[in-house]
Amino acid sequence: MKLRDAELHAQGASQFTDDLLHPEGTLAVYPAVSSIARGIIEKIDTEPAFAHVGVIAVFTAADIPGVNQIGNFSADEVLLAEKEVVYLGQPIALVVAETGEIARQAAASVVVDYQSLPAVFDARTADKMGLHIAPRRLFSCGDVEAAWAGCDLIVEGSAVTGAQEHMYLETQNAIAYPLENNGLRVFSATQSPGGTQRSIARVLGLPMHAVEVDVVRLGGGFGGKEEQATAFAVMAALASHHLQRIVKISLRRDEDYRLTGKRHPYEADFKIGLDRSGKILAYRADFFQNAGAIADLSPPILERSLFHAGNSYFIPNMQVSAVSCRTNLPPNTAFRGFGGPQAMYVLESAIFKAADKMGVDASRIQEVNLLREGQHFYYGMQARRCMATACWREAQSRFALQQRQLEIDAFNAAHKLEKKGIAIMPICFGISFTSTFLNQADALLHVYGDGSVSVSCGAVEMGQGVKQKIGQVVSVVFGIDEQRVKVESTNTTRIANMSPTAASTGADLNGQAARLAALQIKQRLIDLAAARLGGVDASEITFEREQVCRQGQPTELSWNRLVSLAYLSRTALSAEVHYATPELFFDRTKEQGQPFAYHVYGCAAVEVTLDCLRGRYRIDSVKVVHDDGQPLDVMVDCGQIEGGIVQGLGWMTLEEVLFDDSGRLLTDNLTAYKIPDMHFAPDIDVHFLASATNPPGLMHSKAVGEPPLMYGIAAYFALCKAIRAFIPAWQPDFRAPMTPEKVLLALYQKQHPDA
Amino acid sequence: MSVASEAVPFLLNRDKIEEKAGPGVVLLDIIRRVHHLTGTKEACREGDCGACMVLLGTPEASSRMRYVPVNSCLLPLGAVAGCHLVTIEGINGPELNPIQQMLVAQGGIQCGFCTPGFVIALTAFFLNSINSDAAAAMDAVAGNLCRCTGYAGIKRTIQALCSRFDLSGSPQENRIRDCIDWHLLPRYFASIPEKLASLPRIKPAPGDSDAVRVAGGTDLFVQKPEILCSAPLNFLRPENSAECVRLQDGRCIIDAATTIEQLRTSQALQNLFPAIDEDFRRICCAPIRQRATVGGNLFNASPIADLAVFFLALDARLHIDGPMQERPVRLRDFFKAYKQIDCGPDELLREISLALPEPPFGFSFEKVSKRTYLDIASVNSALLIELSNGVIQKVCLSAGGVAPIPLYLNSTCEFLLGKAVREEVVLEAARVAQSEIAPISDIRGTADYKGLLLRQLIFAHFLKLFPEQLCWEALHETA
Repeated sequence: MKLRDAELHAQGASQFTDDLLHPEGTLAVYPAVSSIARGIIEKIDTEPAFAHVGVIAVFTAADIPGVNQIGNFSADEVLLAEKEVVYLGQPIALVVAETGEIARQAAASVVVDYQSLPAVFDARTADKMGLHIAPRRLFSCGDVEAAWAGCDLIVEGSAVTGAQEHMYLETQNAIAYPLENNGLRVFSATQSPGGTQRSIARVLGLPMHAVEVDVVRLGGGFGGKEEQATAFAVMAALASHHLQRIVKISLRRDEDYRLTGKRHPYEADFKIGLDRSGKILAYRADFFQNAGAIADLSPPILERSLFHAGNSYFIPNMQVSAVSCRTNLPPNTAFRGFGGPQAMYVLESAIFKAADKMGVDASRIQEVNLLREGQHFYYGMQARRCMATACWREAQSRFALQQRQLEIDAFNAAHKLEKKGIAIMPICFGISFTSTFLNQADALLHVYGDGSVSVSCGAVEMGQGVKQKIGQVVSVVFGIDEQRVKVESTNTTRIANMSPTAASTGADLNGQAARLAALQIKQRLIDLAAARLGGVDASEITFEREQVCRQGQPTELSWNRLVSLAYLSRTALSAEVHYATPELFFDRTKEQGQPFAYHVYGCAAVEVTLDCLRGRYRIDSVKVVHDDGQPLDVMVDCGQIEGGIVQGLGWMTLEEVLFDDSGRLLTDNLTAYKIPDMHFAPDIDVHFLASATNPPGLMHSKAVGEPPLMYGIAAYFALCKAIRAFIPAWQPDFRAPMTPEKVLLALYQKQHPDA
Repeated sequence: MSVASEAVPFLLNRDKIEEKAGPGVVLLDIIRRVHHLTGTKEACREGDCGACMVLLGTPEASSRMRYVPVNSCLLPLGAVAGCHLVTIEGINGPELNPIQQMLVAQGGIQCGFCTPGFVIALTAFFLNSINSDAAAAMDAVAGNLCRCTGYAGIKRTIQALCSRFDLSGSPQENRIRDCIDWHLLPRYFASIPEKLASLPRIKPAPGDSDAVRVAGGTDLFVQKPEILCSAPLNFLRPENSAECVRLQDGRCIIDAATTIEQLRTSQALQNLFPAIDEDFRRICCAPIRQRATVGGNLFNASPIADLAVFFLALDARLHIDGPMQERPVRLRDFFKAYKQIDCGPDELLREISLALPEPPFGFSFEKVSKRTYLDIASVNSALLIELSNGVIQKVCLSAGGVAPIPLYLNSTCEFLLGKAVREEVVLEAARVAQSEIAPISDIRGTADYKGLLLRQLIFAHFLKLFPEQLCWEALHETA
């Protein structure tokens, strides 16, 4: 009996990278890192490290046989700093020792002399100094400047969102095994086995075929292991390559916090113009992304901010620009939502402020501006099967939101020191990598002689249930029990050039490839069965419940029998199929095109209760209507929605990343950086929009990983409303997260500057 | 990872172990690295996430076993001699047990890294809870973090399990047997007492005066694990845990080694301070409550120590044993400066005591942190007040997070003494309090915030204790 992943997890029997058995004599590597945020390296003295008993070797950039370069998007990321350091925590040398403890202590003893240089940590300062990762990009439609004249109300302001630590439970880790002929097998906790393989090969000066990267599963990724697992895998690989020993790296929590980047903090200026009815006529926003010191994935994240700046609304005149600013923080990176949440928050801030000026609830403005079928996004794509209004209306009626608002008003009138607030968040999120070339995937499928099936693809399992879904798709195609189908580890020798498991596309891309591979084998089996059954028409043959059926009736051929016959008759029982999402294009010279296969829509209401004496609050409930197409697995998708929401709530409320003036992370452990716990998590009511179809999706399903995170944005505005119920003159400053400190200071500030 | 040392005998799941890794090596490393039991996960090494949770079983009187959840990342080997340590592998039976099945069925599992810890925490709940109250089960898993699920599936699991198993019909003396019958525990649990009895005995080493003293270790092993894994250690063991909190001659006596869980569940303390149950649930999670001690929390001398603030308001007295004699110290005089205490290297805290308050009295503990549960306070405060004919006869007010030490607000107390509880008195008390604090800006909040928060917590004490006498508007409008 094959246990499903969840069953293995329940017994603690599932293996993560750090759980793999490794022989006695496995070595550990740990980096010596920069102790300053920016400076010129004058001297690296590795000698003191050798004073530690158990140290085997120390490597610096000089020991890199290939190219000292691990950046996949932009060639600006060295594995080991050589001439300059650009953030505190940047790796400079690698210490290999008998144990991780020794490697850590020895790494701390490496002496680096620097000529310290001024560092910058915030995006606007970097922008003023011209420190950009790439030039400013601008998306637009209509004529914003002309449109202001026709507006009845114009509101301007600025908004800020903070960083967010991924806090995947499993920290970054990898283990490298030397193979013959200079080869390496690397087990890495990465969302991007292909990118990791490419970087290892580049650094070691090896062809990619010499490097095998294998991923069984991750203990959470959330984007934090898309690019940032690479460096650690390369460190283990470099040491293993030189020493011809098995080498492990496994970060402790505080190290993971300090050495890796986070969700990008954003600042933005906005200007919004509306007519008397609340219709938004024009919207302008300029985003400043704090990229950290290195490009990493900042440019594509910035691009997605531009794609989602208009969220779920139709705005006829729009002009949004964004610039990625180079600062001296660890490189910020992908995190569920990938720049989308930051942009959506700004528009919601603008709407909230405009609603204030109009004396209406923000939901009035939200509702009248919802995107409708056939309208065009400002980047040229047409909204098809647009569910924005359907989700909004369903949420309104199912959850009786107007009635709920009245009840909250009554509650607030009756309670002096407790106030409630409710805010609504519609979402629209585009599905596909915005870098069009990444929208491809391969699957390798074997049917074995005993009728069992093996599927390899590029999808990395990290709790999102992608392997469950893909196994299900293959079993449905073959009409066989799911028990027969095994989805293998993600391995670069079986799948070449795989895209990272990211952008919510894991199931869509890899599931389509697996489905096509299964269909290819199925067709061969159908042809064989049709001949075997006396030359019947192949179109009459189906596979159901492990039987070959003709016109819906079981024949004498079972799945097992047919597979045996196929083998004996020399029919190919393996297939390798490539899938590329059709009809995608985007012209970056015009910033127009069709970058997404489809969009996911939804609408959520978040309700909070504020303790106005202490500034504490509770998120009471999140009620959601979500457009999920026809879900492949309701429980998996429900879990994705619930989990995404709580991460979004955390980002908006208690998760606060703090650095000191020298660029040192202050919130570098779980005691200082709090993520939501059981008590924080609200009641979540998820309703899937009924009878939704999605022809471009995998069997009419929709991707589900990222979109729900953005429902959490409503928490900020619900808290604003609750504060307002206590102190009506208060004006929010639109600087998330809304920590209990900010709440209390808002409730009791002496002056109320009219922002 | 170790110093040569005496073997520590204990049971690890089904097996007898004599482990020589060294008394300060934490069980997490022994479980994963020495015994390759990888279901126990490492995720924080500071007792904040529960991914490494195990059950620690100790024999009690009448050869019954008592199992409590502990975080193996903070559990030194020296503390498990003669105990039964249970990892997820020791819970597993031939098939998924009902807890495991329910987590699978209710969508309580995503990436799976936290899952074994949740299984352990829920097993501990079913082993120990007097009834199947879902809120109590939530508390039992509150120290387990999950980054994937949003906890919704785990809550569904708890609801379903609590309606399936009725613990109120299972007395403690039969509980292990019942859990075996319910398939929550494998059968071998029935024979653990005999197995433990067959372990070799070791004599506790005589306390080395230079050795690092380890009580619960829940803070010590966060602060300096590297030093502790090779330093000589002196494990402070409770003498008689059954009577660790006792009433005697008008005072309440609490042994230094009393755990927070023992405080929380102490009938004597619950009678005096009914909110202690909820207050102490909020300050730390079940596995930490099982290990952390009152003595450890006071000696750690964190300016924000919850127990220090709690007991300052009770005017607690420390009874410190020296080489020659016992020395009493008032807790309010014990904290000298940041992390400096009035206790010599050859002295040891035996117990603390407090005078039983004279009824009618009011006691209030308040704490605000970024996350409401299981977080370090931005500011905490406690107030004890005794009234006679509407006049304050005795008052003790304390606050943490507003000075280098847990602070007894002396001037504020002096001001309040002899006054009636009225809005203007409370307002003035809050103002006096501002004059005796010196908060600093740090990751727990800015100095301005902490000052404001203390004012609000003082208001909260009084509004909570005197809802009839005080009108909140008057405090708000003139503050």
